[in-house]
Amino acid sequence: MSALSTAAPVTVKHGSATWRLTKAEIKLCVREKTGPLWGVGFPLILLVILGNVPALREPVEAGGPTYFDLYVPVIILFNLAILALTALPTILAGYRESGVLRRMRTTPVGPARVLAAQLVANFSIAVVAVALFLTVAGLGFGVRLPQNLAGFAAGWLLAAAALLSIGLMITALAPGRGPATAIGTVLFFPMMFFAGLWVPIAQMPPLLRNISHYTPLGAGMQAFQDTYQGHFPSAQPLVTLACYAVVCAIIAVRWFRWE
Amino acid sequence: MPPVIEVRNLHKRYGNNVAVDDVSLTVEEGEILGILGPNGAGKTTTVECVEGLRVPDRGEIKVLGLDPRRDHAELTRRLGVQLQDGQIQERLEVAEALELYSSFYPEPADWRALMDGLGLAGKAKTRYAKLSGGQKQRLSIALALVGSPRVAILDELTTGLDPQARRDTWELIEGVRSRGVTIVLVTHFMEEAERLCDRVALIDAGRVVMVDTPAGLTERARIEHRIQFRPSRPVDDALLTSLPDVSSVTRRGELVVVTGNSDALTAVTAVLARNRIVAERLRVEQASLEDAFVELTGKRPDATS
Repeated sequence: MSALSTAAPVTVKHGSATWRLTKAEIKLCVREKTGPLWGVGFPLILLVILGNVPALREPVEAGGPTYFDLYVPVIILFNLAILALTALPTILAGYRESGVLRRMRTTPVGPARVLAAQLVANFSIAVVAVALFLTVAGLGFGVRLPQNLAGFAAGWLLAAAALLSIGLMITALAPGRGPATAIGTVLFFPMMFFAGLWVPIAQMPPLLRNISHYTPLGAGMQAFQDTYQGHFPSAQPLVTLACYAVVCAIIAVRWFRWE
Repeated sequence: MPPVIEVRNLHKRYGNNVAVDDVSLTVEEGEILGILGPNGAGKTTTVECVEGLRVPDRGEIKVLGLDPRRDHAELTRRLGVQLQDGQIQERLEVAEALELYSSFYPEPADWRALMDGLGLAGKAKTRYAKLSGGQKQRLSIALALVGSPRVAILDELTTGLDPQARRDTWELIEGVRSRGVTIVLVTHFMEEAERLCDRVALIDAGRVVMVDTPAGLTERARIEHRIQFRPSRPVDDALLTSLPDVSSVTRRGELVVVTGNSDALTAVTAVLARNRIVAERLRVEQASLEDAFVELTGKRPDATS
């Protein structure tokens, strides 16, 4: 037990604990594999496959965007949805279930910063992913960047906020890690449907199209499409996304349990 | 000097279940206080209130003069905690965990030395989820000490460790104490309490039954010692029963079995010597802390808590 003499206090200048924790959580998210594999790798492969289907490279209407053009924002939302609805709640509910958050309560850092670090980690992965998707779509398949880039960024940020907020709400309400994953997965499919993953929103029956506009991913799609056409997103999708972000965050804060 | 930890009339219930009825304790600077008691006695709830993880229903707690709830942030800098069921991120490697947790504290210990001291150096690159139960336990001890705490609360210190690792851990804890760290040890290993603790608080059914040194506790349980020997020549029972320290004399074949208080051995050997009788195959069974535990609580110290 040579530690006894050497384990005396040593004052070392450390980087901020919060920053170290954030770096650690990013590393853990990558090791967790759900985010990188299903949130980044899978949609990227999907993008490449769809880009190679000649039928999708035809314009939906003469002179307008192609089907493939419409799929790029769907892929971007796919990434956000996987990260926020399944990866984030699974990890956080797991932390609560196995006592990680409780353990953190006994340190000067506290559990809230673990939660924040997880949000930042998933957000960072999403930023890398959106840049990657736009680059591959642009360089590989000649899809132009959204003409209104600032509007696109604003829409994407609001969509990310809405989805992460929903993810936190799932974490707060799910009794454990298993249920959190299940709820996230069950929500994922209908939400992706309304984003137009299987049927483009424009081709949905009017009722479904209207519903879609008020779902988080449907609203996200609307916002993105506006920016591809060169406009700043219209108010309706932005307000819809902001409402999801605020309401779900309030519910999450109100019902969140640390243990 | 004021006590490092002061608990007064702590009461905590979960619904209708009273976990802690009325516990008062003080822990002095630099000592190791053991908290001993049967399952469900309220040991863990008591220390969790001290750590500020639970809100007491009644009573007062001061740790280093701080209120565990109100001054929680300040307390976490000076208090090292090992939780009974507190895991860490399962994909974090041992060295990463120690480095990360050490960065949480203003004046951390040398985490590499702790890792070596607890025999984890060979597992530095192993993820938490892949560690054995004993290795997880050792990491959790290291994490409790990595902030160079002035006070450490260790719940189930050596549960899940093999005998060698247990002894190594005891040595480590003795070293920590020698640096002046005050330690509260929740345990159900009597041997551990006897070896490490300056004082032991025996808790049963949410109340403190007794606080004393391990030896004092054994003494106060008034358990009879058993002395067994084969006399070198016949001995009359009356010779032994007449001794005030002896309570009974029985025979088992050629063996004489005498029970009595802690002075009985001296009295018996003296009277035998006076009568020129040699006590062959002499065996003395002294009361252990475990006997005292059973005597005072009427329960066995269980392996799980």
